[in-house]
Amino acid sequence: MNHVQMRRPAKRQVTLLALFALLASLFALTFQSLPAHAADCVPDAQTGCIQGLIKTSDGEPAPDIELALTGSGANGTASTDANGRWVFSVTRAGEYTVTIDQSTLPAGQYVKSADSRTVQVALFESVSALFPLTDDPTAVSEPELAEETQETAPADEEDSETVTAPQTSAESNFWPRFWQQGASGIRIGLLLALGAVGLSLVFGTTGLSNFAHAEMLSMGGILAFLFMQLSGNIWLTGLIVIILMAAAGWFQDAVLWRPLRRRQLSLMQMMIVSIGLSIVLQNIFQFFFGASILRIDPSSPKTVTLLGVTLTVQSYIAMGISLVAIIAVALAMKYTRFGRATRAVADNRALAEASGIDVDRVIRLVWTVGVAFAGLSGMLLGLVLNGIAWNTGWHYLLLLFAAVILGGIGTTLGAIVGSMIIGIVVEMANIWLPGDLKHAAALFILIVVLLVRPQGLFGRKERIG
Amino acid sequence: MDFWTDLLQAILQTALSPITAAFVIAAIGLNIHFGFTGLMNIGQAGFMLVGGYGFVISVMYGVPLFLALLISVLASAAFALLLGIPTVKLRGDYLAIVTIGAAEILRMTARLANLTPFTGGPSGIQSPRFREQLNALSPLPEGRTSFLGLEYVNTGVDDWWTRILAWGLVAIFLVFTWLLIRSPWGRVLKGIREDEEAVRSLGKSPFSYKLQALIIGGVMGGFGGILMSLPAAINPDGMGRATTFNLWMIMLLGGAATILGPLLGSILFFVLRLVITSVASEYIPGHVLSAQQAEILAWILIGLMLMLLVIFRPQGILGNKKELAFNV
Repeated sequence: MNHVQMRRPAKRQVTLLALFALLASLFALTFQSLPAHAADCVPDAQTGCIQGLIKTSDGEPAPDIELALTGSGANGTASTDANGRWVFSVTRAGEYTVTIDQSTLPAGQYVKSADSRTVQVALFESVSALFPLTDDPTAVSEPELAEETQETAPADEEDSETVTAPQTSAESNFWPRFWQQGASGIRIGLLLALGAVGLSLVFGTTGLSNFAHAEMLSMGGILAFLFMQLSGNIWLTGLIVIILMAAAGWFQDAVLWRPLRRRQLSLMQMMIVSIGLSIVLQNIFQFFFGASILRIDPSSPKTVTLLGVTLTVQSYIAMGISLVAIIAVALAMKYTRFGRATRAVADNRALAEASGIDVDRVIRLVWTVGVAFAGLSGMLLGLVLNGIAWNTGWHYLLLLFAAVILGGIGTTLGAIVGSMIIGIVVEMANIWLPGDLKHAAALFILIVVLLVRPQGLFGRKERIG
Repeated sequence: MDFWTDLLQAILQTALSPITAAFVIAAIGLNIHFGFTGLMNIGQAGFMLVGGYGFVISVMYGVPLFLALLISVLASAAFALLLGIPTVKLRGDYLAIVTIGAAEILRMTARLANLTPFTGGPSGIQSPRFREQLNALSPLPEGRTSFLGLEYVNTGVDDWWTRILAWGLVAIFLVFTWLLIRSPWGRVLKGIREDEEAVRSLGKSPFSYKLQALIIGGVMGGFGGILMSLPAAINPDGMGRATTFNLWMIMLLGGAATILGPLLGSILFFVLRLVITSVASEYIPGHVLSAQQAEILAWILIGLMLMLLVIFRPQGILGNKKELAFNV
């Protein structure tokens, strides 16, 4: 007995160690994929560049300054070349922080303001980060003063040119970019639709706005990461993820939501409970997996160009899978007994119950199917975005809600059409809007829809009362 | 033994901190939204951000103090109108979704690198300069004062003057809310929460009352944001969804639809969080639970508490179950 108890923690430590080693090797992988030389970063569909030029206060290029890159799962260092130029190439859009190593600065030179810059990088884009240097050590202690003098500093002239350069190049390849963004919009739209179906069905049958639904996406991606490490086969992993997530949906309804319905908790109380659940789940993910990006498929993605659109092979497969799944759901809702029962419950619960439909069973099935689809969506998102993190789902929650409300909350077809529209709009907006601000476009649509047609495209008026 | 005296000291420090006061005021605003009117605002941090940045940026551009306050109030009110007009006529969860979304978008906008000269980007605005005018108003003499074992500068950055202002504002807002809620106007608000149709049949417009309540609570959120920036700096990530969820915890813990609930809830919440993290980091060895993980653990507990509170005691400590607006 004692012996067994003694061994258990040791075993856990071994698995923890294995996990650690795995994460470390992942880091090493991303580390290697970062070239240290300026010339070889060309932004394309799979690459984004962060670059800059460092000059000393008297305008000479400053070589051999060490810089470190962190953020969005990447880690790396680079140093400036003989022209004072440095560059990082990244394979994932997101937010990165570039930190200058103060100890490698030339003698008598100081960083004028903060020694790190955080930039938003999208694929197909090149971003600059400025590190003006000064020979006046007193300017360092007063960052707001440095902020003001930045405009007039001669060292910045060259840098401001590199800021405008990508814009002119973007001008010339606007249409290819437009086409490309449209395609990735369809891609995101299809994946959103997978997630939105569950959200919409749960709302339709129970009236709950489930804020924890986004965590089901994250959970699907994280489970895919785990089982991909164990099995190495992506198709088997997908199957396991769907089964586990379906079980998670069933379990969630059985343990949490059905008892709450039994207690006659109001919808608003349940909504706050779902917010609490979302906080708990997010932090549990973060507790076990940290803040790093988990790459489900660590091999470097191959790309295929079809009709002028360059996407990864995974993206095409993911789009195919979601298309099939979505069509299956739409047909099932229309023609099967379960689909008809679900629509009846969504339409009028009391009447459905009176006509002999087992409402609790229907709701249980809706949870099971909805969460399974969310998990699949999360796994595909993880493959398409080449990584999943504890908060990936949260980033898509607003888009999911916007999609569901745009299509008409509680309707399946509405969720699908709404998702496609939101996906395309958001990715197209990325051409003009920087980084995460593209989500503002989704919010804007949401507000306009609520003002003009609050029931959404396919919804009916009595639902919004 | 040293640990416990230090902890007591830290608890007192936390209870008196201007941040705690900022949360009390923002929670009073949220309480006007949810507790008294029944509006599901899950973006109170957005109001704090609008109010806080409105004030700090105005002051940084050399606007006089009281004009800057006015700008901040107007900004919060405009934000309330922008969110309220499309949503308050609809079911409660629409306002919830729009407010949480808008608050997140605001935070992302505030931390955009392109707006760095204006908002300070991700690191926010860290400058003693926006306090200059405020410190000039301080009636306190130069030097340091020690009180109840706490010692701060009289007037400076992390100082007694801010604490006096903050808790003075708390007192003013508490009295204001008390007067507001027992006025005829407050009775209409409660009427809307209980039965909107009945209020409409009496010839009052629920829409305009709800908007007014949204504006008043939002402006209080804005004041919370100003207070939060006063001790040192304003930072976009300090006013994200975590802040909103904290505010909901505070309000529900103290008791929604009560006057003193936000005050009690805020002090209790921060003291509890402090006790959890410091006891965890003192008694659980570092290799089992790092400081960062202790913080995450505190968050898991907060989420669980929120769920349990809503399920088993939705009226909180001081509240009355009959006065709850959950039946939307």
